[in-house]
Amino acid sequence: MQALLRRLPIESYVIAFTIALWVALAWATPNFLTESNVSNLMRQTPIAAIVAIGVMCTIVIAGIDLSVGSVAAFCGVAFAQMCRHDFGLAPSAALTLLAGVSVGLTNAAAIGRLGIPPFIVTLAGLQVYRGLALLLAGGMTVGGLPAEVKDFARGTTGLPNLFWTMLAVAIAVHYLLRYTRTGRYLYAMGSNAEAARRQGINTFRITVVAYVLSSGLAALAGVLLVSRLSIASPSMANAYELQAIAAAVVGGASLFGGRGTVLGAVVGAILFTTMSNAAVLLGVDPFWEMVLEGLLIALVVYLDNLQKRRQSGA
Amino acid sequence: MNPILEVVGLYKSFGPVEALRGADLQLRAGEVLAVVGDNGAGKSTLIKHISGVYRPDAGQILLAGVPLDLASPREARERGIETVYQDLALADDLSIGANIFLGREPMRRLFGILPYIDERAIRRETADLLKKIRSEIPPEAPTVARLSGGQRQAVAIARAIYWQAKVVLMDEPTAALAVMERERVIAHARDLAAHGVGVIYIGHNLTEILKVADRIAVMFRGRTVHVTTTGATDQETLIKYMTGYSETNKAA
Repeated sequence: MQALLRRLPIESYVIAFTIALWVALAWATPNFLTESNVSNLMRQTPIAAIVAIGVMCTIVIAGIDLSVGSVAAFCGVAFAQMCRHDFGLAPSAALTLLAGVSVGLTNAAAIGRLGIPPFIVTLAGLQVYRGLALLLAGGMTVGGLPAEVKDFARGTTGLPNLFWTMLAVAIAVHYLLRYTRTGRYLYAMGSNAEAARRQGINTFRITVVAYVLSSGLAALAGVLLVSRLSIASPSMANAYELQAIAAAVVGGASLFGGRGTVLGAVVGAILFTTMSNAAVLLGVDPFWEMVLEGLLIALVVYLDNLQKRRQSGA
Repeated sequence: MNPILEVVGLYKSFGPVEALRGADLQLRAGEVLAVVGDNGAGKSTLIKHISGVYRPDAGQILLAGVPLDLASPREARERGIETVYQDLALADDLSIGANIFLGREPMRRLFGILPYIDERAIRRETADLLKKIRSEIPPEAPTVARLSGGQRQAVAIARAIYWQAKVVLMDEPTAALAVMERERVIAHARDLAAHGVGVIYIGHNLTEILKVADRIAVMFRGRTVHVTTTGATDQETLIKYMTGYSETNKAA
């Protein structure tokens, strides 16, 4: 039995914990299992999960992306401005994603070519893109968007469209990581970059893949966020990077690289969204919620550290 | 019998330091050639030229009689020169099979379009390979992280055999290993030779060298000073050449 428990992937524990939390919440408050709250959760989670999936890819190569929150805000504001100026919904969305991809290319170039540590590059990005978001929005919330902007996020196809979007992203990235050479090389590089290089793997290309995915998905999250809120605020998606990192790590990604799964990032995101939902429902002071979230992140990273040490000690 | 690999008059300097001053070597298919020498004699520099890490200032490396000009370790590998690194360059979070096939994964296509890594082929080939080199690695090990130093060595060697290396370079392969593990690595080196591979084995433990090698080349200050068959020599003679004693005597 113990051996079986040890062999269960970390995702299963997170799933079990999340379900336990759901049960507890359903029991503790009549407002949890209502249709509006559940559908709210099904719209909130996908955006967090999409960001977490991207960040997880950078964590797998032993990197990090702290800029995703700011990139989501910047791209969201850019998207809103384009929509407001009648670029059309699809062209605006496409251009926004392209902007996200360029951000990723820039990050990868700074890390892989200039040799600046990912932490520093993306910390700078966190500041730069938040500033650009504020500039682009003129420091104010961008509203007055065409009605069709919000149709996507509000719409359902059986389940909320946002949920399907997350599922599509998750399947695509899972396929990439699990079944393709590129995916395998992400893990190889995060595990031992020198060994990967000696086997002829182009580690710069792999760096580009990871950071473009991260920024690209952050841009997608920005578009979806604007669609959900039907406004774009330059201060939105604040601290998304922390939630995304925490979600990925709770889901089994190691900050030392080489480990992490899409499923883990998604369940991690579900857990964190449930927790902030619970805080709202139970009337916990949002400032305390920040404190608790921060402590949880520290705990998770400590556990990651512990696991790594135990492994190398064996 | 023509040598599979030949090194002729290799010269290399790093600034004022002359690391190689005319190193020569002849390696035949199916033999283990040990290269010995004191620290700084140029063994590792020589190996790094053969594995494509360095380019010589002068001299030549010939593979099956054809001059080689290697731009990178990757190119060396494509020509059939594999290196088993001292620090056992494996990706810890990947499985044994994933490590053996790293960079050269067999692919299949789902419905003729969607490519995916052929895990089944990797598993099958890996099990075969481990059997072939008589390794006792548990095939169900999920990653290589928990393998011992000798087992990791075996993974690297399996990789060389699978990719039909003509030449395998083993740079101090036993340096970090326990005694029992060293025996296995020596057996692996002999196995490789039995598969027709030419093995260059760098080491400085002479007892071990005398056990593993068919022939021994001694380097001293960047030059090959002595080549002998293992049966025709002993530790004392080798040490004389390694310390330059015989050379200074000759000069005197």
